[in-house]
Amino acid sequence: MNGAQIVVEVLKQQGVEYIFGYPGGACMPIFDALVDAPEQKIILVRHEQGGTHMADGYARATGKTGVVLVTSGPGATNTVTGILTAQMDSVPLVILTGQTVTPNLGKDAFQEADVFGVTMPIVKHSFLVRDVKDLSRVVNEAFHLASTGRPGPVLVDLPKDVVSNEWDEDFKVDLDLPGYQVQTSGNSDSIEYVAELLSKSKRPLLYVGAGAVISGAGKQVQKLAEKLQAPVTTTLLGKGSFSEMHPLSVGMLGMHGTAYANKAVIECDLIMAIGARWDDRITGKVSEFCPDATKIHIDIDPAEFGKIIQPEVSVNGDAAEVLEELILLVNKLDTTDWLKKIDQWKIKYPLKFPKRGGLRAQHVLVELDRLTGSNAIIATDVGQHQMWAAQFCKSIRERQWLSSGGAGTMGYGFPAAIGAQLGKPDDLVVAIVGDGGFQMTMCELATAAIHKLPLKILIINNSYLGMVRQWQQLFFDNRESGVDMEGNPDFVKIGESFGIKGFHLRRAGDVKKVLKKALDYNDGPCIVEAVVVKADNVFPMIPAGAAVSDMLINEPPKSQKMQKPVGST
Amino acid sequence: MEEKFAISIYVCNKPGVLVRLAQTFTRRGYNIDSLVVSPAHDHHFSRITVVVQGEPVTFDQIIRQLNKLVDVVHAMHHSDTDVVDREMALFKVRVKPNQRAEIFQIVEVFRAKTVDITDNSLVIETTGDSLKIDALENLLGPMGLLEMVRSGKLIMKRGLEET
Repeated sequence: MNGAQIVVEVLKQQGVEYIFGYPGGACMPIFDALVDAPEQKIILVRHEQGGTHMADGYARATGKTGVVLVTSGPGATNTVTGILTAQMDSVPLVILTGQTVTPNLGKDAFQEADVFGVTMPIVKHSFLVRDVKDLSRVVNEAFHLASTGRPGPVLVDLPKDVVSNEWDEDFKVDLDLPGYQVQTSGNSDSIEYVAELLSKSKRPLLYVGAGAVISGAGKQVQKLAEKLQAPVTTTLLGKGSFSEMHPLSVGMLGMHGTAYANKAVIECDLIMAIGARWDDRITGKVSEFCPDATKIHIDIDPAEFGKIIQPEVSVNGDAAEVLEELILLVNKLDTTDWLKKIDQWKIKYPLKFPKRGGLRAQHVLVELDRLTGSNAIIATDVGQHQMWAAQFCKSIRERQWLSSGGAGTMGYGFPAAIGAQLGKPDDLVVAIVGDGGFQMTMCELATAAIHKLPLKILIINNSYLGMVRQWQQLFFDNRESGVDMEGNPDFVKIGESFGIKGFHLRRAGDVKKVLKKALDYNDGPCIVEAVVVKADNVFPMIPAGAAVSDMLINEPPKSQKMQKPVGST
Repeated sequence: MEEKFAISIYVCNKPGVLVRLAQTFTRRGYNIDSLVVSPAHDHHFSRITVVVQGEPVTFDQIIRQLNKLVDVVHAMHHSDTDVVDREMALFKVRVKPNQRAEIFQIVEVFRAKTVDITDNSLVIETTGDSLKIDALENLLGPMGLLEMVRSGKLIMKRGLEET
């Protein structure tokens, strides 16, 4: 068999269902081999960036590794944004890139890009295969690395001669990764110390991130929180690791988190990070972040310990395994007063939005949340709509919330929803996107239409790059610069040209009716274009680089001069 | 204040590993002072000694990030007393025959060697710890030093423990 057939056979052994791909000269042998492998369906995308986000959405929704197959040169470089997105959010991807033949490497051959070099800083690991004999082992290693430990994207660069050469492969899986060890069970002494610190806490806070989702630790988080009677806050990417409907939930924390979550951060005497990395959107000014609270850090990646925050104790291990052991060691804490205080904050500072003045994005999202019973898989883009969705669309289970957090990649949401719908055909999948980000990857409407995916595309259209405009208003004296999306198309008509059903939503009174129609439409994708008030802002907000205590719960008066972000972006 | 650190790194002998190491230092603002790469006695692996200069507060972090790299088996920092450290240097000096005697004296005191000699030049070879080489450089500097090349620091852990 030839190298391409070897690659395809390994994909089959790895249980790959979908390959998000785009062909070209250098990867033609692999596309050819796929003709004889109907178990692996090629999803022909319209742009490699979209394909990479689809694989990412598929991976986040299912927990399986997403696979991308593209050609060399521009095909490969078009995946870069998607690779960064996956790396920042620890998403398991295997990216197979075609490459020019090995004798031509480094000679500026047609469609040659040193993609091994280009992507090196943004992958978990990468390979350039030079010998057909290594193919089976390397592709297996790529899947192993992508999916274990702290997951991430792994790139395999495949020169055309290597995948064309013949080799009698026996497919014995023998990984050669002596430098790669994953610690899953935590150190027992450290876990005992965590239990001891917890036992002394009167105002604990569990701060849960994507690591808990990846580990599948939702059950353990709930057990621990209930046993301790400790409140739980989740990060943007931790949404779903603990139901936001649970009485112990304080929702999302951080820059646009709930006021009560951030108040809990300020007043807690102990904060325990479970698969979270003290991101700058969470801590704000690090020197003023929980200065008096005991910090505990549980993470599978030891390089996170002390990177931002020096914890009193860290436990290196898989969240579910560590919590399982910890739960046995802890008892109920006396948190009655603490929980009472938090409940008062919840009443005093609820998430809210103005009910008048036209159609509001928040109104649409609240109604969507209600009509779907908070049970849809939500994929968002990046910007104001993302933060409103995070606030108002409640997550109740793992792998229900797909959003580009670390990279903040505009254009992510819609293709991610396509990948999620393919991976979870029986789930309701909604892409919530802004008019800006959607236009970056909307060519994938064709991909969604061809496969008749019943996903809903909710476009929150304010004809603005709203988050940037909000910052210009608050921190740059309202000097608008490069944020007006003048020239937006009629998105419903765009959809129609792909044969996609569309609904206009312009009046607050129509929200329920239009959303219901969209949710009932299942003959393929449909678009809801919600034309919302132009200049709405997201609150609460902790200005970038400011301390959590500087949170703006509501819009500050126009006269209040705000400081430009310092020490953060 | 920036400080210098010597790190020993044991890596798989695979393409790209050096670039990944260099990127790790660069991203966190560390400068590489010297770098020595050679095959280990098991040729599937290489030993690297790197001396870097940077902020001490981020140093533990750098070691963790190096260890996180898939091809790094281990990366360790050693204190000066735990290791034998050696460096080799060659010095080219412009020198007239009548000035040679003075330089030969220095060469002898430093237990260095003269390895090339012409009518108007000398090449001197020396090994030792970095301080010794610095000292020799300082002495030869005013005596017509034309070129210096240093191998970079090598370290090996004392006793049975692995470097």
